[in-house]
Amino acid sequence: MAAEQSSATPGSEDPRDLIASIYRAESRRVLATLIRLLNGNFDLAEEALHDAFAAAVEQWPRDGVPTNPRSWLVSTGRFRAIDTLRRRARFDESLATIARELEESASPPSTRDDELEDDRLRLIFTCCHPALPPDAQVALTLREVCGLTTEEIAHAFFSTPSTIAQRIVRVKAKIRDARIPYEVPPRAQLAERLAVVLHVIYLVFNEGYLASGGDSMLRPDLSAEAIRLGRLLVEIMPEAEAMGLLALMLLHESRRTARTSAAGELVLLEQQDRWRWDRHLIAEAGALIERALASRAFGPYTLQAAIAAVHAEAATPEETDWAQIVILYDLLLRADPAPVIELNRAAAIAMRDGPEKGLPLIDAILARGDLRDYHVAHAARADLYRRAGRMADAVASYERALALTTQGAERRFIERRLAELRDQPR
Amino acid sequence: MRYVCLIYDDEKKLGTMSKEEANGFMGAYFQFTEDIKKSGNYVAGEALQPVQSATSLRSRAGKLSTTDGPFIETKEQLGGFYLIEARDLNEALQIAGRIPSVKTGTIEVRPVVDFSAQKEAPRAGRETAATTA
Repeated sequence: MAAEQSSATPGSEDPRDLIASIYRAESRRVLATLIRLLNGNFDLAEEALHDAFAAAVEQWPRDGVPTNPRSWLVSTGRFRAIDTLRRRARFDESLATIARELEESASPPSTRDDELEDDRLRLIFTCCHPALPPDAQVALTLREVCGLTTEEIAHAFFSTPSTIAQRIVRVKAKIRDARIPYEVPPRAQLAERLAVVLHVIYLVFNEGYLASGGDSMLRPDLSAEAIRLGRLLVEIMPEAEAMGLLALMLLHESRRTARTSAAGELVLLEQQDRWRWDRHLIAEAGALIERALASRAFGPYTLQAAIAAVHAEAATPEETDWAQIVILYDLLLRADPAPVIELNRAAAIAMRDGPEKGLPLIDAILARGDLRDYHVAHAARADLYRRAGRMADAVASYERALALTTQGAERRFIERRLAELRDQPR
Repeated sequence: MRYVCLIYDDEKKLGTMSKEEANGFMGAYFQFTEDIKKSGNYVAGEALQPVQSATSLRSRAGKLSTTDGPFIETKEQLGGFYLIEARDLNEALQIAGRIPSVKTGTIEVRPVVDFSAQKEAPRAGRETAATTA
């Protein structure tokens, strides 16, 4: 390995700071490759990653930083893992064979950039394998792909570190025992498998986006993690729906500061201060949506992003292009015929053609029973009654919505609306 | 690596099939079995008699009790199995996804413990919650 060393330690920078920044930038990549080189053994790869960085802390200040730190870390980690297996082989004969096989195979390990990008995809697709339970997919992705600690994941999901640790241990055991392969799915299965990955990323995003408050000092910013994951995926696998999901998350994120008031209360889209929307994120999302639409392989995420983009483009709520939004909802409903989307479409039609046109559509959805216990459906109905001037009906629907809501900020919002209506002379 | 594919189907529904439907269903099974024999994935496979023919045994405190019926009464019953050889879970799932009952019932895929193989994928040995923290 001496040949790889470079004596030129960059500048006056403390190698320890440099190692810390390399850890942040490279540790997940190195881990993804080590898992492949160690035949899909997550635990052994994690130990190897630790050992490799421990070796770096010891050697780099003395010998200089290698010219290619990433491949130095990968090969050091791999050697350390083989050593670890050898040491344990004294107690378990079978490990000696494995250590020998590992040494003989895959050497020298490939550190070509495209191969390494594939490793990151392998890691994402393995963590989001449909044979794993959904909550474990999320925990494993945050742990292995994002590098969050068990404690951070526990804080994010208001759970305990031991619960999360157990979940991760169990899921790693399934990957090993059922032999879930460390691979990017073949083209024929890609759409189905990618959908699971996108769903996991969106779950992470929503968890961060909706659960504001709590002990925010300890909670990692899950929305930021999800956006980072989305960017990574678009970079290494620019599929239309990956771009669509990233755009959708960026558009939500662009309104983050505008969606709560100084007092922490929920602010509806039409009342938000549009000057506080992040124009950079909106522009980035717009470019992604154009690319996704041009590919003609787009789906629900791209369409939802396109709808959010129409809102983002309107300088005032009155300038919103509702006709365009209705068209997009029609397409979305065809791609994903879900009652919630029907509800949103009804609300858009009410905005385009007036509340009296939207009400029968919402009534029909509720009559089918699909959303009878969904507070948003009753709140939407109440809002249309309010706009139509039917105050008594509006009060009744808001009361129904309130009875179905447990979330604090949403309850307070509905209570405010009810108070306004009751104050008004009928 | 070997996987067992447990086939759960609603016996009542199968019983109400017309003669043509039943023939088609059996034909699809014969075809599937033939296919996985040709591809080398087949190890074994059997269809089971209906659950009314099942007898369950348990011995507690040295006392053997025998009861009529399956282990658990369920909407879908274990009606047969295949033992297959597959490279990994992805291949096993792909094969199991072609079992005709996947369209009517549920296929449970379970990896088989290989007591003879010491050369399985390497294990780190200390898989406690602490190592993942």
